[in-house]
Amino acid sequence: MMWILISLAIWIAAIALNLFLVRQRAPGSAFLVPVIFGFTVLILWEGMVRGFNISPVLLPPPSSIGLALASETDILWQDLVQTFFKGALTGYVMGCGAAVLIAIAIDRSPFLQRGLLPVGNFIAALPIVGLAPIMVMWFGFDWHSKAAVVVAMVFFPMLVNTVQGLQATDHMQRDLMRTYAAGYAPTLLKLRLPAAMPFIFNGLKISTTLALIGAIVAEFFGSPIKGMGFRISTEVGRLSLDMVWAEITVAAILGSGFYGLVALMEKRMTFWHPSQRKSR
Amino acid sequence: MKSIFPILTVVAAIFALWYVFAVVLNAPWAYSKAERAEVELSFSEMVADTMAQEKPRLPAPHQVGAEIWKTTVEKKITSKRSLIYHGWITLQATALGFAFGIGLGILLAVSIVHFRVMDMSVMPWIIASQTVPILAIAPMIVVVLAALQVDDIVAKGVISMYLSFFPVVVGMVKGLRSPDTMLLDQMKTYSASSSQTFWKLRLPASAPYLFASLKVGAAASLIGAVVAELSLSQNGGLGARLLAGSYYGQTIQIWSALLAAATLAALMVFVLGAIEKVTLKRMGMAQ
Repeated sequence: MMWILISLAIWIAAIALNLFLVRQRAPGSAFLVPVIFGFTVLILWEGMVRGFNISPVLLPPPSSIGLALASETDILWQDLVQTFFKGALTGYVMGCGAAVLIAIAIDRSPFLQRGLLPVGNFIAALPIVGLAPIMVMWFGFDWHSKAAVVVAMVFFPMLVNTVQGLQATDHMQRDLMRTYAAGYAPTLLKLRLPAAMPFIFNGLKISTTLALIGAIVAEFFGSPIKGMGFRISTEVGRLSLDMVWAEITVAAILGSGFYGLVALMEKRMTFWHPSQRKSR
Repeated sequence: MKSIFPILTVVAAIFALWYVFAVVLNAPWAYSKAERAEVELSFSEMVADTMAQEKPRLPAPHQVGAEIWKTTVEKKITSKRSLIYHGWITLQATALGFAFGIGLGILLAVSIVHFRVMDMSVMPWIIASQTVPILAIAPMIVVVLAALQVDDIVAKGVISMYLSFFPVVVGMVKGLRSPDTMLLDQMKTYSASSSQTFWKLRLPASAPYLFASLKVGAAASLIGAVVAELSLSQNGGLGARLLAGSYYGQTIQIWSALLAAATLAALMVFVLGAIEKVTLKRMGMAQ
């Protein structure tokens, strides 16, 4: 009972604090408010799990997840390398690279563009994760099949975005390039690719999560004895949920970090775009 | 409508590529069969064989088509081998999760637009929540929910909800904020209360945004339901068909389940598009 009351009290206090911070428009509140909110969720979770005596098989408290995170770093790191660096990242680079190159190739033919955009949009909405068992059958259990799933997942969102981005220049700009007597290649490199960057980065950002999902889900269909998806499915079977949640935490941090990194690159490279300006 | 010809060309090209890959991928098995039977295989015989294997690495489109025809039209709907039966199970879970997702999404969006605290404290976490590969941990959530004696369909729905609420929140927040200062000032000159502003200005203005995000959300919730069925396969569903196919190497079955899921997604997006068209027209917002 104590646990419940204390966590509820902390929760209410934190809400009051957040309300106060927002009303005061205190400096740094844009960062502080969500962090406080996150901590209260954790405290409430811990309090409820302990207070209601929820079995750790169902929902472990955050403290034991933290313990698993701290004590099993070797396994977690090994899984991370297998799933992220070998599977997801390879597939991500290959898939996005291929999509951009093909988009540039398609771009020369308006006929193909008109046909491919709707089809690509359609395919991008399909459950491509379902290809995972087939890819595992084709490429074997190791990371190659995971990379293949990731390639299939990121390819179409990336293609559609890049094709759209390459159309983003207007007549005036293209005419200007022509008056400079710029050929196809200089126009592409100096005008159209830079103009397409916001779109390309949009695709890259969508693809970060897709890549991680693809790599982990593909491991459910067969994997060597390491990898995050493998660990999650086996530890669920062994009912050691704290390890599963630790793995999920790693995946969450990884996902957010990967996304953040791409977003940071976007900020650097498309600083000129209106959406990147500081709002006043 | 002038883009119909290019689209058809692209689709035809995809099918042609599919056939080529089917020949290339299935050729080794055709050759090794011929070697064991000690017959020499001509090129055309090899191609014919790759089109008609029982467990091909990549089934040819017409094989998948035949399988779909067999499992939809020729089977009774109640049969466990009927794709329509499994598709219906998946569609139920998807619809439930999608409905939850829309409800949660709209609720969150309204409170985010109305309360600055919600905007500042919850919005960053909503965005962060989508960088978590939830699909990857769906099996575990399903298992936990099943242990809590929750109905299977609800457990699947939860995954669908998690995937579909995000587009709705983002779209609705954008939509509810889309009326510009001029319109808001107009409401002020009418001395409209904030609830009147909400019902008469903000909510109608958000309709086009809502529909755009509903289409994204529908596809996402279908993906969620299919993946959830991978771990709740005892009750059937397209995900269960995928899993069974991958266990027994029934590639044709995998592909037909995949195509069925694709058709379902296309159907949902199409229906939503039709509703969108009618609604926006009656609201006087059709372009």
